[in-house]
Amino acid sequence: MLLDPNSAPQSIIAVHQLTKKFGDFTAVDAISFEVRRGEIFGFLGANGAGKTTALKMLTGLLKPTSGSANVTNFDVVRYPDKVKQRIGYMSQKFSLYEDLTVRENIRLYGGIYGLSNARIKDKTAQMLAKLSLEDQANALVGSLPLGWRQKLAFTVALLHEPGVVFLDEPTSGVDPLTRRQFWDLIYEAAHQGVTLMVTTHYMDEAEYCDRVSIMVDGQIKVLDTPRNVKNQLQATSMDEAFRILARPQNTAS
Amino acid sequence: MNFRRLQSFFHKEFLHILRDRRTLLILFGMPLAQVLLFGFVLSNEIKDTNIAVLDQSKDVESIALTNKLASSGYFHVALMLQSADQLEPAFRSGTIKMAVVFPPQFGKQLTHDGSAALQIIGDASDPNTATTLIQYAQGIVFNYGREKASSQASTGPVIAVQTRMQYNPEQKAVFTFVPGVITLILMLVSAMMTSITIAREKELGTMEVLLVSPLQPLEIILGKTSPYLLLSLLSTVVVIMLSMTIFGMPMRGSVLLLALECILYTFVALSLGIFISTRANDQMGAMFMSALGLLMPTMLLSGFIFPRESMPWALQVIGYAIPATWFNPIVKGVMIKGIGLEVLWPQTLVLLGMALFFLVLSLRNFKDRLE
Repeated sequence: MLLDPNSAPQSIIAVHQLTKKFGDFTAVDAISFEVRRGEIFGFLGANGAGKTTALKMLTGLLKPTSGSANVTNFDVVRYPDKVKQRIGYMSQKFSLYEDLTVRENIRLYGGIYGLSNARIKDKTAQMLAKLSLEDQANALVGSLPLGWRQKLAFTVALLHEPGVVFLDEPTSGVDPLTRRQFWDLIYEAAHQGVTLMVTTHYMDEAEYCDRVSIMVDGQIKVLDTPRNVKNQLQATSMDEAFRILARPQNTAS
Repeated sequence: MNFRRLQSFFHKEFLHILRDRRTLLILFGMPLAQVLLFGFVLSNEIKDTNIAVLDQSKDVESIALTNKLASSGYFHVALMLQSADQLEPAFRSGTIKMAVVFPPQFGKQLTHDGSAALQIIGDASDPNTATTLIQYAQGIVFNYGREKASSQASTGPVIAVQTRMQYNPEQKAVFTFVPGVITLILMLVSAMMTSITIAREKELGTMEVLLVSPLQPLEIILGKTSPYLLLSLLSTVVVIMLSMTIFGMPMRGSVLLLALECILYTFVALSLGIFISTRANDQMGAMFMSALGLLMPTMLLSGFIFPRESMPWALQVIGYAIPATWFNPIVKGVMIKGIGLEVLWPQTLVLLGMALFFLVLSLRNFKDRLE
């Protein structure tokens, strides 16, 4: 896939010179990029590289110091409510309530995103069937294995049919088989036109993305398809590519 | 503000509370236990306390005085001792809390010389009770002496003191404890539980998900606090009903006024809870901050247990900053004295000010923390 510079209207995330400063410290340093509809975009970087701060600005949790970000065609600073209604979010920390049942969690998020009761009912049946969780509908989420919980959390994040879903290290702590199944869900969502922005620690997962960006010291050092990134850095794997880029920062610190 | 979103949030919050036994226990078990404890166990009332009498005189006067003590209702003469060395074992075994010692020739000295001495020994391992017991005994002895004096019509004028304990003639301890327990519960439930439940969402990471959702910060705060507001008020109603039916606590003033004051005070407590939750990062932190910063001062400095008048100047000043200091007199005043806003307006005004101050502070803080 080649990125056409004139594809701006098609891009669902458009970031321009986005900057966040905390006092003297520049956490995110004038980053610019675009993400197309239906794309799986890997957002990589070492801890403290600024990717969490950038994600927080894109999801409306943090106000940028300067620059702009459009998500689902709305400016995140000027129309945070419009953006919030159109995005989904799942964090590495568990996003569902363990003391609520599967059904109650779905109902809660359906309600928060303003779905009608009838719609929540339909969606619940669909989701349970898709995850083969019909028998567990009234079980407390805390009683499910971690892998199932993460898959459920992702499906709940898609409940209100958002244009973009932000996944912040969604698979950390999950076994390889479940990670593979999780990525099947991600592909399926992308296929249906959902755009996914994923951060991850697992470099093998970075290979699954359509394009990846690697942040170092608040700046995007590289942004391309995994194959091109590897070629550009003459690395055999994403893991190596990541280490080549992140090394200067490691020695500095 | 979106009703549908709020409703979903309320529902979830109630489910959390109903599924958590500890929360339910703190909401309802603790207040009930406290009222019953304070009502039955921790009473300051003196009734049929066991005492010993060592009568080395055994004359009309000493026997009459012993009978006076025994028939007062406060004391029960459990032991008649024969010698002074029996005193110590009696105190040690805990059989008696006080002893009265008549010296030899007590009656003779009283009638002939017009004065006599006797000794009252209290068990000061529990100083409060000992002091009260001795005061009661002294009163009886004093009265007896005065009666003797007036019957002999011998010396000078006598001042007759008539005391009446206004509003609580039976001096029931529960009258002072119930308002204290209400003050404590509302603070405990509203502030502590709210701060813990918000901290829990932060700790688990669900707060992030809520903040990314269309929920407004104000909706999150309302959704978090209103269930606790409702439940703590319900808990208060239970405590008041219980104290009225079991302990005969009066409700002399306006119930409506009391309810409004409770809601006002709860608002202060809730805003404090939100404020704490913006500072604390996890449940433990929230619990310690509210226990040390709110509960201890409420119990120790507000005048609920220890009278404020006898505190050092600095502690009294700190006490003014504690909402309970202002709320406790309101509950007492309305329930026991039957007074209304015409007297309680200064306290109400202070609480109103505190509610506004902390509400603005915590809302601002809550928003800042999201930035």
